[in-house]
Amino acid sequence: MPIHDQGYRRYGGRRRAFGKAWWVIARQQMRTMLSQKRYVALLILAWVPFVARVVQIYLAANFQQLSVLATSAQLFRGFLDQQGVAVFLLIVGTSGAIADDRRANALQVYLSKPLTRVEYIAGKLFTPIAFVLGITLLPALLLLLVHVAFSGSLSFVVQNLYLLPAILLYSVVQALLGTFTMMALSSLSKSRRFTALTFTGAFFFTAAMYQALQRITGSRLWALLSPRDVVDVIGDAAFRVPGPRAVPVWAALLAVVAMIGVSILVLERRVRGVEVVR
Amino acid sequence: MMPPVVELQRVTVQYGARTALNDVSAVFPTGAVGLLGPNGAGKSTMLRALLGFVPPTQGTLQVLGLDAASSPLAVRARVGYMPETDGHIPGMNAISFVAFCGELSGLPRADAMQRAHEVLFYVGLGEARYRNVETYSTGMKQRIKLAQALVHDPDLLFLDEPTNGMDPKGREEMLELILDIARNKGMNVILSSHLLPDVEHTCEHVVVLDKGSVATQGRIDGLKGPGGSVVELRVKGEPAPFLAALAAAGFRVHDTVDDIMRVFVPEGHNPQAIFALAASHRLQVRHFRASVETLEDVFAKAVGEA
Repeated sequence: MPIHDQGYRRYGGRRRAFGKAWWVIARQQMRTMLSQKRYVALLILAWVPFVARVVQIYLAANFQQLSVLATSAQLFRGFLDQQGVAVFLLIVGTSGAIADDRRANALQVYLSKPLTRVEYIAGKLFTPIAFVLGITLLPALLLLLVHVAFSGSLSFVVQNLYLLPAILLYSVVQALLGTFTMMALSSLSKSRRFTALTFTGAFFFTAAMYQALQRITGSRLWALLSPRDVVDVIGDAAFRVPGPRAVPVWAALLAVVAMIGVSILVLERRVRGVEVVR
Repeated sequence: MMPPVVELQRVTVQYGARTALNDVSAVFPTGAVGLLGPNGAGKSTMLRALLGFVPPTQGTLQVLGLDAASSPLAVRARVGYMPETDGHIPGMNAISFVAFCGELSGLPRADAMQRAHEVLFYVGLGEARYRNVETYSTGMKQRIKLAQALVHDPDLLFLDEPTNGMDPKGREEMLELILDIARNKGMNVILSSHLLPDVEHTCEHVVVLDKGSVATQGRIDGLKGPGGSVVELRVKGEPAPFLAALAAAGFRVHDTVDDIMRVFVPEGHNPQAIFALAASHRLQVRHFRASVETLEDVFAKAVGEA
């Protein structure tokens, strides 16, 4: 075909099988997020605590005078707690994931293509989950490796074998609860700002409400209303932090499942090719 | 005879208590088919049901031989949909948007990008393909909606009010594109519109919807009727008794703009009889001109405006 021909041609090439469109959406969203300088800066800054912990492990392993810095299992819990701010900001940064599509009527474009609603939602969830795990799970596991490398023995890991599932559970719960909640809120609005404000408000308001209700009623069960405190309970149990907990860990896990379930329900109702106004 | 591209059998679609499509059976043959009807007739609902956006409460929908309810992905892979309302992916320029749509439709990345360039040139946005879609005019947005529907080379195109908001020149160009797609590119087209000239210009067949039901369907030539003639008529005076007399004499009349009536003269009737009837009702005939039956007449007859 001559290069100057700008007419319409039929397509004779191969087509991808169904079920992979979620990756196209995820890749596009990742590209969009990484094109924002502030988001990239946040991702880089989120690794600063990791560098600090590496220095700490190095000093403790090589200088006996600095044994006060010696690594304990609680270092990992402390590290993941430190990452909380960055996790929060990363998730808030994805507030437009579905809201922007709703504002621009893009859902009808997406869903007129051969992809399911589940694929669309999976594509939208993938990037924030990957980014959150990229600043929690990944550096925490690397810290374990760094410890092995600097100490020259596996004894710490063997003695604290529960650390691996603990890091995994805590990071995954944090990532899933935050991103599912954000996507559900994003699907309820056409404004990314409103979504970000609602998420922030809900995050702090529920924590404040727990504190207030606990003081008034004396019951710590109100912690189940606060996602932040629920995740804390799971973290304390996973990392074997001693002391009384606000609620039993099974109740906290149940609350997480319920919150994610509600988010899925909201997404199921809101992510549609056509909005029905009854 | 070629099998129909779309076939609906006793389809009912409800939004809550409101029935949008009521026991609709329709056949869309190959080529370009117009889906006509006034606003709220159920045209967009029918297209959305065919795409699987809204499930029918009863009935079956077949698209290109596939059951729309059980194989929605296979249907969407072979269908291009140009929605009525503006729709784009925020923050993207035209080339990225169309290529992205191609990828979503299953094209490999490189092929999607190549076809995005080709399709954007084809719809007349070649020079503006690196501009952000949000900066496009209404006419350009219509064109990019067509481009994203075409990028994966569908076998069937659903065009929902494709000329909405376009200036006369843009509208003409859009209709020429649709005509070219249907006649020269081997693609089937279902053109949903409330604009009769658009459908008459581009389509051979028509399905007329009214209040959620099929009012009429078939070849436009056939629906216009083989016999009889049409005259344009304007009279001075009180027309009501005259119109009743015309109807009693077997003439069918419907009003158009500027007080001009279109009178359908059945085969075997003499148009001169209209003068005699006017005279008997003491009316002056101010305008009398032979005309041809148009799709507008078919539409008016079908939806009961006669």
